Amino acid sequence: MNVLIMQAALFIAQLMLALAMILCTWRMIIGPRAQDRVLALDALYVCAMLQVLAFGVRTGNTLYFEAALVIGVLGFVATVSLAKFLMRGEVIE
Amino acid sequence: MTTGYADVPLWAAIVSAAFILLGAGLSLVGAVGVARLSTFYDRIHAPTLATSWGAGGMVMGSMIFFTAAEGRPVIHEILIGVFVTVTTPVTLMMLGRAAVYRDRSEQNPGALPKETSVDRADTVSNHKGS
Repeated sequence: MNVLIMQAALFIAQLMLALAMILCTWRMIIGPRAQDRVLALDALYVCAMLQVLAFGVRTGNTLYFEAALVIGVLGFVATVSLAKFLMRGEVIE
Repeated sequence: MTTGYADVPLWAAIVSAAFILLGAGLSLVGAVGVARLSTFYDRIHAPTLATSWGAGGMVMGSMIFFTAAEGRPVIHEILIGVFVTVTTPVTLMMLGRAAVYRDRSEQNPGALPKETSVDRADTVSNHKGS
């Protein structure tokens, strides 16, 4: 019973997160301006991080936690540097 | 290191599955907002749904699952929740300021008017002028 509940919940959750990643990718492709694409990339990073977290729960392996943390850190750095680039035209002043 | 679903009691499976579904569903709602809302200043609010309770729900479900499966408190996932909660306002504020700057410098019709801005440089220069 608990195996069935966890498997069904994780399958639906990963399906929803994959759909969210597809929607973010669509906005990143069609986004009319650069800031829309950066915003969609940030949302895509968050969705990918949650997908890896769900994958870790599915396999029962705590190693995926480190991968999710690294993806979160990289998403923060990428979005901050891209926002600074949009603001000033250069990243490090 | 590796644990199976069968080690988890029923109540923990139900609670963990509910939190995971809540987190994934809120992330999906945020992504739909990113894809469907009409202007950038509307769209910038949508991903916060995924980073606040989306990440919170997934992290809490994962914490409950591994705590019940391994029989000891496993709370290191909370690092992800704290990190995402702390960094999202920073990134979105910087991105919003960059968008406002770009819209104003190009005189776009969708730009925020200067009077209602919360730009710190503007208020500082106003104080200097008065």
